[in-house]
Amino acid sequence: MLQLIIKRLLVAIPVLIIVASLTFFLVRLAPGGPFDSEKAVSPQVLKNLNEAYNLNAPLYEQYTDYMTNALVGDFGPSFRYPGRSVSEMILTGLPVTLELAFYAIIFASILGLLAGIVAAVKKNTALDYIPMAIAMLGICMPTFLLGPLLVLVFGINLEWMPVSGWDSLPGDKVLPAITLGAAYAAYIARLSRGGMLETLNQDYIRTARAKGLSEFKVVMVHAIRGGLIPVLAFLGPAIAGLIGGSFVVETIFQIPGLGRFYVEAAFNRDYTMILGTTIFFSALIIFFNLLSDIAVAIFNPQART
Amino acid sequence: MEQQSQSLWSDAFDRLKKNKLAVISGIVLIVLIVLAIFAPWIAPHTYSYQNLELGAVGPNSTYLLGTDTLGRDQFSRILYGARVSLLVGFVATAVALVIGVSWGIVAGFFGGKIDSTMMRIVDILYGLPFIIFIILLMVIFGRNIWLLFLAIGAVEWLTMARIVRGQVLTLKNQEFVLAAQAMGVQNLAIFFRHILPNILGTIAVYATLTIPQVMLLEAFLSFLGLGVQPPMSSWGTLIRYGVESMEEYPWMLIFPGLIFTITLFCLNFFGDGLRDAIDPRSSD
Repeated sequence: MLQLIIKRLLVAIPVLIIVASLTFFLVRLAPGGPFDSEKAVSPQVLKNLNEAYNLNAPLYEQYTDYMTNALVGDFGPSFRYPGRSVSEMILTGLPVTLELAFYAIIFASILGLLAGIVAAVKKNTALDYIPMAIAMLGICMPTFLLGPLLVLVFGINLEWMPVSGWDSLPGDKVLPAITLGAAYAAYIARLSRGGMLETLNQDYIRTARAKGLSEFKVVMVHAIRGGLIPVLAFLGPAIAGLIGGSFVVETIFQIPGLGRFYVEAAFNRDYTMILGTTIFFSALIIFFNLLSDIAVAIFNPQART
Repeated sequence: MEQQSQSLWSDAFDRLKKNKLAVISGIVLIVLIVLAIFAPWIAPHTYSYQNLELGAVGPNSTYLLGTDTLGRDQFSRILYGARVSLLVGFVATAVALVIGVSWGIVAGFFGGKIDSTMMRIVDILYGLPFIIFIILLMVIFGRNIWLLFLAIGAVEWLTMARIVRGQVLTLKNQEFVLAAQAMGVQNLAIFFRHILPNILGTIAVYATLTIPQVMLLEAFLSFLGLGVQPPMSSWGTLIRYGVESMEEYPWMLIFPGLIFTITLFCLNFFGDGLRDAIDPRSSD
């Protein structure tokens, strides 16, 4: 097990370095300097600005400086908001995004597993078809459509829920979490149904039944261990999707999280902010992929290679 | 009793015909594609024609699906949007197909060190935050629709490469390929004669299932304002405008949203149906 973790880490570190370098040079390729748009800046001011942001140094020096600073979590100042550092903005946005993602995953797991397990046990009945049809709808309905529709129905017409904000009104976290989690609930439902169906046909399940265990125990104790492996394997890569989803959900619901900061930075061409968050997101995704691999290895001895 | 022999494709087509959901989906898709191709002749207005005095009005007999805040005909804009959205779907999938299939074939066919190196690269790329990279590319190189095709295609090829490699690897060790090799047939000939025809089905299935993913990605970017730029419209940009004014004019959100969801639904069901028809064992 330790060997697996070390092996994956040995792959993850060079990947992260390559990603960071690639992003750094891509951003430097961008046409125009970061201060080109500011009107009527005197050459002296421009020179001072460039100096302050270390843009006059040779490229390789900027690169090595940036990389060593990034290593200790210092991604430099924001181009767009002078006086604020990128790390500071990441630190304020991250807890909000993580909280949102956490609720979304909880919602998706509970709903998805319940639907998937019931559908597998009651195969080819209405309890199988109806949840699976809804799951298909959940996969086809994009976040940026589901969110506004939920707002329209529950926020504006029924006035049950606040339509935007975070931590300001009671219940303002419900709609964002459902919006972000819905597609994952659908995927988890499909994956757990498939996994459970396969496991329920295994010999050891027949043995468990032959021993006279109750059907509930067979499903919830024995089958679930094997049946959930596809779900576990899906959760790691799903984090990458959750980050993309948080861009949309935080924009729709005006949540001050990392996702909205990123989209704003992309709009404002705040290059240092984009650079910093890209590297940070990459590290996050690589980390969660690693976690998911380890979880799969714990549950499935066959995957321990 | 003599049974007529059937080719794989006509066999698959027969099975597909029995799947009602897939057939309906296929018909809807064909209608949509035809509408998109002939949009300039079908649409009652151009996508940019503004009737500012009119402003936003609900669905009526002149404007079937209503107009937007600038008095532009929604029905026409959705038709033109279909052109962009479907074009992105097909072109980006084609890009993904070319890269993924060649990668998978080379890896699977040559095997050994080449295979393990190439697949290791795929594994590593799989773990990267590609959505973020696409946004980065759009920011740096401008919001150019051709770049969008390329960027999305460059992301979606990974799964294709894995699947094709797996197929090639299995086929390579089948008796009929070994027999061809024993008879001294050239590698290239073996490939085109014996391997390619056998993986076409799988490629077709995954291409169909890639299109909705690509369309989602494009709509996602356009929704964030990083994809297709005005006055051109894709379904993603229409949904974006719809959200901005959904409180007063809900039809601006509902119609583009509906057509987009229906299209993705049909593509997914058709893809699933195709998979079950071509490879009956894979049905879940």
